[in-house]
Amino acid sequence: MLAFENISKKYGDRVILDKITAELQPGRITALVGTNGSGKSTLLSILSRLIEADNGSVSLYEQPLDTYKPNELAKKMSIMKQANHMDVKLTVKDLISFGRFPYSKGRLTKEDLKKVEEAIAIAELTEYQDSYIDELSGGQRQRAFLAMIIAQDTQTILLDEPLNNLDIKHSMLVMGTLRKLVNKFGKTVVIVLHEINFASHFADYIIAMKDQKIKYHLPTQEFIHQGKLKEIFGVNFDIIEHRNKKICSYFNNF
Amino acid sequence: MNKFLLFSLLIAFSFISLMVGSKSIAINELFSMDEEQFLVFTASRIPRTLSLLITGAGISVAGFIMQQIAQNKFVSPTTAGTLDAAKMGILFALIFLPDVGLFGKISFALVFCFIASLIFILLIKRIQIKDIVIVPLLGIMFGNVLSAIATYFAIKYNIVQNVEGWLMGDFSGILQGQYETLYLIIPIVAISYLFAYQFTLIGMGESFSKNLGVSYNTFLYIGLLLVSLTVSASVVTVGVIPFLGLIIPNLVRMYKGDNLRKNLPFIAMYGALFLLVSDIFGRIIIAPYEIPIGLMVGVIGGLIFFYLIFRRQK
Amino acid sequence: MIKRKIGILVIALLICIALFMFYGLGSNLSYILPKRAIRVWTIIVVASSIGYSSIIFQTITQNKILTPSIMGYESVFILFQTILVFLYGDKTFQVLQHSGNFLLSTLAMLVFSLFIYLIIFKNHQQNIYQLLLIGLILGTLFQTLSSFLQIIIDPNEFSIIENHMFASFSNMNTGLLSLATGLLIISFAIGQYFIKYLDILALGREHAINLGVPYNKMVQVLLLIISIMVSVSTALVGPILFLGILVSNITYQYLPTHKHKYLLLACSLISCIVVFLGQFLIEHIFNFSTAVSIIINFIGGVYFIYLILKSRK
Repeated sequence: MLAFENISKKYGDRVILDKITAELQPGRITALVGTNGSGKSTLLSILSRLIEADNGSVSLYEQPLDTYKPNELAKKMSIMKQANHMDVKLTVKDLISFGRFPYSKGRLTKEDLKKVEEAIAIAELTEYQDSYIDELSGGQRQRAFLAMIIAQDTQTILLDEPLNNLDIKHSMLVMGTLRKLVNKFGKTVVIVLHEINFASHFADYIIAMKDQKIKYHLPTQEFIHQGKLKEIFGVNFDIIEHRNKKICSYFNNF
Repeated sequence: MNKFLLFSLLIAFSFISLMVGSKSIAINELFSMDEEQFLVFTASRIPRTLSLLITGAGISVAGFIMQQIAQNKFVSPTTAGTLDAAKMGILFALIFLPDVGLFGKISFALVFCFIASLIFILLIKRIQIKDIVIVPLLGIMFGNVLSAIATYFAIKYNIVQNVEGWLMGDFSGILQGQYETLYLIIPIVAISYLFAYQFTLIGMGESFSKNLGVSYNTFLYIGLLLVSLTVSASVVTVGVIPFLGLIIPNLVRMYKGDNLRKNLPFIAMYGALFLLVSDIFGRIIIAPYEIPIGLMVGVIGGLIFFYLIFRRQK
Repeated sequence: MIKRKIGILVIALLICIALFMFYGLGSNLSYILPKRAIRVWTIIVVASSIGYSSIIFQTITQNKILTPSIMGYESVFILFQTILVFLYGDKTFQVLQHSGNFLLSTLAMLVFSLFIYLIIFKNHQQNIYQLLLIGLILGTLFQTLSSFLQIIIDPNEFSIIENHMFASFSNMNTGLLSLATGLLIISFAIGQYFIKYLDILALGREHAINLGVPYNKMVQVLLLIISIMVSVSTALVGPILFLGILVSNITYQYLPTHKHKYLLLACSLISCIVVFLGQFLIEHIFNFSTAVSIIINFIGGVYFIYLILKSRK
C-alpha cells in the first residue's frame, strides 16, 4: 500500500539516506527505530511528501505520490510532526476541526462535527476543548495535534516521535489509541519512536535504520534480540520476557 | 596581503587622489603647476586625501572597538545608533546655539554619541541575547527612533527638511583650515592600539575583566569615548559614512583570523584604502560632478553587509 | 462578541471620517469638502491595503514582526520609480504621475516578490531575526541606490529632487487614485478566495501540506497580492515603514481570534482609524509642525524594539 523504492537524500555532502527500498505492511503498526541522525525523520518526511527525495519514488496504493492532488492525498494519508509552539489564538476544538479541512474546506457538516467530538474524546481533551492552544502545556498541545490527525481520519497515518513531551499515562494512551485504530479500523500506522520498548510492545513490524540504510525490516518479535539491538543502538541490552512481551533493559551497562 | 604591499597601495592611491578631480592635474604637471592648480592642490586635494586616510582608518578602528566591547561582530556606529546620535547632537546644537561653531557642534555630537552608545551597550549586555543578529537589528531600530526624534525637532524648528539625507558623507567640501579637527583621530587610533587588549577583556564581562585586574567601567568609558570622539569629529567635518566601521573589521577578520593586536593596523590601513578608492571612483563616475562618499559607501557597504549575513548561513 | 468588537471599530471609523471632513471647516465649503473627501478616500485605500497585506504576510511567514514594508517592498517600488525617471530623463517627474509607470512599477514588485519567496520560503529553516535584518538592509540599500540614481539624474538639484519626487501624506498622489482603488478591489476579491486557507497556513508549512493545501503555489499567489497592495499604498503616499507592524499587532491584541475573515477586516479598520487620528492630530493639534510618518516611525520603531525583546523567549 505505502511503498518506496531507491530513496536517496543528501544535504550538501552529507548523505542521509542511501538508496533505501521497502514496502510497508497495510493494516499494521510499523515502527521506525535507530539512533539520532539515522535518517528516520527524514524518511518519514519524504514518505509524507513534506520533503523531496533526491532520487527514488514513493507510492501509495501503487500510485506515485506526486500524481495525487494535494486535497485527495490529504484524505488518504496524514502526518503528524512535532507540535511546535504557535502564536495563534486557536482553541483546541478549532484546531481539531481543521482535521476535517480536506473534506469540507472549513464548512463543517454534521458528520464532521461527530468526528471532531470522537477525536476529542479519544484524546481525553474534553475538559480542554475550549482552551486556547497557546495556553496548554507541551504534552496537551501534542495530544491536541494528535486529535486533529485522528479527526482527519485517513487510512494511512504517519507520526514523527509523537510521544515527546508526553507523560507515561498519555504515552500509553496514544499508543493504545493507535493500536485501536489499527485493530478496529484496519489503518496503517508508521511511527518514528526512539524508545525501543514502546516499539516492542505496540508495533507489529520494525524498520531499523543505521548508516543511511535499512538494516532490518522484520516482525517485532524477530527483531528484539540482543545481537540486533546492539548492532543498531550500540548498547548492550538484557531482554526480559514479561506477560508474553519482551522488555528491553539497557540500564545494566554500568 | 602583507603590510608592505598594503602600504604601497595606499601611497599609490593617495597620489591618484591628489590628481583626480574637476580640475585635473596630470603627473607631468606636478612640479610645474600654475597658480590655480597649486591652489586646488594645497587647499583642497591634499587636505581631502589626508582626511580620507584619517577618517577611513578612524571609523574602521572605532567599529572594531565597539565590536570588541560588545562581543558581537555586527555592532558598529551604523548598527548601534551612534551615527544617528551624532546627527541629533549637531541638530540640537544648531537649535539652541544657532551661531555655534565647529567646536560646539563636535561637543554636542560627542555628548549625544557617548550617551547613546553607553545606553545601547548597557542594554544589550543586560539582556540575554542568544542570536548574534538581534543586536544589529536592535541597533538599527534604535538609530531609527533617534532619527525620528531628530526629525521632529528639525522640522519643528525649521532647521532641516529631510534629516535622512542631511549630513551625508561628502569629502568635496574639505578645505584647508576647516578639516584639522580630524587630526584628533590619529592619537585615538594610537590609543586604541594600546588598549586593544583591555577592550577585549571587558567585552567578556564585568567579573571576567575584574578578575584579571582590568577596571570594567574605566575601559568601557574610555572605549566609548574614543569611539564617540572619532564619530563626532568625522560627522561634523565630513558627514555620515555608513557601514564602514562594520564591514572593514569583518572583512579583515574573515581573511586574517581573530588576533586583535595584529589586526588593528590592517583594519586601519584597509579602512583608509577603501575610503580612498571609493572616493576616487565617486569623483570619476559622473565627472565633473561627484557622487558623495556617503552614497558610494552606502551602496557598497550595504551589499557587503548583506553578503556577511548570508555567509553566516553556510 | 467578535462581531460586536468589529461593530465598535466601524463606528469609530465613521467618527474619524466625520471629524476629518467637518472639523474646522471655515467658510469655503464647496472648495474644501471635495478636497477633503478625496483625501479621505485616499487614506482608506492606503490604510486598508497596508493592514490587509501585513496580516497576510505575517500569517504566511508565521512571524508577527515581519511586514512587507520591513522586508523592503516599499523601497523597491521607490527604486524602480527612480529608475524610470532615470531612463526617461524626465526632470519634471511628470512621468511618475503616469498610470503606465505605476503599473510598470507594480510589475517590478511582483518580480521582487519572487525574490522574497526564494529567500524566505525555499529554505525551510529560517531565522526570523536574520530575515528582519536582511529586510532592513535591503530597504536601506534600495533607498541608497535610489539616491545614487537621483544624483546621477541631476547632481545640482539633488536635495530638491529627494523631497519632490515622491508622495507623502501631505503630498498625496491623488491622480492615481482611481487606478489604485481598482487594483485594490481586485486584490480584495482574489483575497476572499484565500481566507479559508489562511487560517490553515497560520499553522505552518508542514501542517498546511498535511491538510491538503497546495502550499507553494498558494504562498506565491499571496505574495503577488501583497505586492500589488504595497504598490498601491506606496504610489499614493510613499513609504510608511512601521504602520503595518503597529496595526497588525494592535489587531491581534484587540481581537483574539485565528479567523482571518475577522482579522483582515479588523486590521483594515484599525489601520484607517490610526491614520485618520494621526493625520488629524498633525493638522489640527500639531499644526503641521510634523508629519504622520514621523510619529508612526517613532511609535512603530519603539514598538518594534519592544516586540523583538519580547520575542526572545
